[in-house]
Amino acid sequence: MSARDPDELTIPPDGRPTAQQPRWRRDFPIDVPQDQYVARREFSKFLVLTSFAFVVGQIWILAKSLLGRRPAFTGTPVARIDELAVGSFRQFEYPGPGEPKLLVRLSEHEVVAFDQRCTHLSCPVHPQVERGLFHCPCHKGSFDLATGRPLSGPPRRPLPRVDLELRDGVVWAVGVTERTS
Amino acid sequence: MNGQRRFSREQRLRILAAIISIVILIVVLQLWLLTATMNAYLGGDRGVALPAAAASLVCFLLNLGLLRYVYRIER
Repeated sequence: MSARDPDELTIPPDGRPTAQQPRWRRDFPIDVPQDQYVARREFSKFLVLTSFAFVVGQIWILAKSLLGRRPAFTGTPVARIDELAVGSFRQFEYPGPGEPKLLVRLSEHEVVAFDQRCTHLSCPVHPQVERGLFHCPCHKGSFDLATGRPLSGPPRRPLPRVDLELRDGVVWAVGVTERTS
Repeated sequence: MNGQRRFSREQRLRILAAIISIVILIVVLQLWLLTATMNAYLGGDRGVALPAAAASLVCFLLNLGLLRYVYRIER
């Protein structure tokens, strides 16, 4: 006859110790202290499952990094510089349709262009030249007009910058630079 | 089979509480790692994905080891 575990408060109907009971009886104990123990053990199991989900997420990002192709940029004329007054802006699509960008003339010699999609949840940002910022109406985010860096609200990353070149009085878009800060 | 376990339930509950605390810390670290990696990826920085994935995998293996220990002390 084996010695009974002192932690076992109740005796199962067949009289055998808990270790020899079927799985379902061990996972759904009658004793309150044992039930608390099993609940905590299951919670730790759930945490480890969450940990596994984070690894899957990391592997997904890694796969996207390794397999995702970077677009090949070609030069595209955007606007004639003399058609764009100081303090005005123009929307264009680059490098392809459905990718809106904003070209802003800040001063006589300074023209900038950024992605129009907010880096928070991709709402379109609107330039407010007089306030020197791009405003996102969805969550009241704002970005600096000259640098595209986030100033307020939920966005944490700057707007992707469009690389520009001035050729014979015409502004050309020649690439897009994504940034983390 | 001897019905006596290596640790009493009271002791196992304390060990489990300590393990849960450690696992929560590691999971929060993994969450931070995932958000930081996603931020870097969306910002065009693809270089951090591999070390971040490796670090997250190590964290998971650590958690798995702790969970195995929880089941071991029940025997």
